[in-house]
Amino acid sequence: MNWTWFHKLGSPKWFYEISGRWLPWFAVAAALLLGVGLVWGLAFAPPDYQQGNSFRIIYIHVPVAFLAQSCYVLLAVAGLVGLVWRMKLADIALQCAAPIGAWMTFIALVTGAIWGKPTWGTWWIWDARLTSMLILLFLYFGIIALGQAIANRDSAAKACAVLAIVGVVNIPIIKYSVEWWNSLHQPATFTLTEKPAMPMEMWLPMLVMVLGIYCFFAAVLLLRMRLEVLRREARSSWAKSEIKALVGAA
Amino acid sequence: MNPVRKKRLFIVLAILAGVGIAVALALSALQQNINLFYTPSQIAAGEAPQGMRIRAGGLVEQGSVQRDADSLAVSFRVTDGAETVTVRYQGILPDLFREGQGIVALGRVDGDGALQADEVLAKHDENYMPPEVSQALEKSGMLKHYEGGKPGGAQ
Repeated sequence: MNWTWFHKLGSPKWFYEISGRWLPWFAVAAALLLGVGLVWGLAFAPPDYQQGNSFRIIYIHVPVAFLAQSCYVLLAVAGLVGLVWRMKLADIALQCAAPIGAWMTFIALVTGAIWGKPTWGTWWIWDARLTSMLILLFLYFGIIALGQAIANRDSAAKACAVLAIVGVVNIPIIKYSVEWWNSLHQPATFTLTEKPAMPMEMWLPMLVMVLGIYCFFAAVLLLRMRLEVLRREARSSWAKSEIKALVGAA
Repeated sequence: MNPVRKKRLFIVLAILAGVGIAVALALSALQQNINLFYTPSQIAAGEAPQGMRIRAGGLVEQGSVQRDADSLAVSFRVTDGAETVTVRYQGILPDLFREGQGIVALGRVDGDGALQADEVLAKHDENYMPPEVSQALEKSGMLKHYEGGKPGGAQ
């Protein structure tokens, strides 16, 4: 098997060049999809027969919760690549994605609470789904704190990678918590594998929002990673000329 | 892949498998404590602890809701299809509460087997539809079929 493409991915200079080309596309796609999805979902999609308009928060809650979990899987993959192949870029990706994931988890928990009060009758309950999501938030906090606490970059990278990989056990627990145990939280509405449990005119805005939030994530992650690459490679000649061009342009 | 990397990959995967097995064992041991509520069948079978505050969950039985005329007291039966539990509650019910709806009630089972609830939460399923669709389904008598036929719809 030819691994050169994979090793090339580890070169910060190559990443900086290629990500600069992708970034505008992701940013434009995110702005368009999120704009369309929000207006469509919050204003034009039909209300639910039981919950009326309060169900519309699903258009924020579900995409954000999706991303919160996918982002953690990305951290674990980055951790694995960092540990096995010792790729510098993997640690950069891990450190840059963790705060985004933490925010997404936080937003998912808050929107869930706002939704829970009028429909279930409570802000919070120690239900399997809610509790495992809270653990995900603490895992993100742990990774961020660990990355900041250890001064040596290599040891910090290793410690964060191990925590990210071990924590990935929580992801299937979150996903299946509503099926394995009796819980107040309803099972998934939006799945890619099954026929959706809502009609097309409700489901399409959701699809747009999910795609939009992933593009948003890609754009923000690339932005953060590019900055971090420049910061870490500040002594190399290509980074110096890159920074000079940026500062000169401003 | 060179042998050093292969070895590292193997170590990482072994750690992950170990942690996964440990968590799976812990969760299966805690199975009963993670379930949010007991079903009426479990309560009837004596699986729920006696004299403690427990949560009971199920569907509100059709035609079982009795409201007191001059107070907020209400009583209804919760069923899972096989067994039923009577729930007595005093207070404001959530908006989604109605007959046929899934609910979770927190309280103590009293002497005559009824649950004296001090909190009633409504559960809703993963199916959403516009009001026109649900009215059309109701008219043709298919709504019950639709709700009952979905896995998880009866929870």
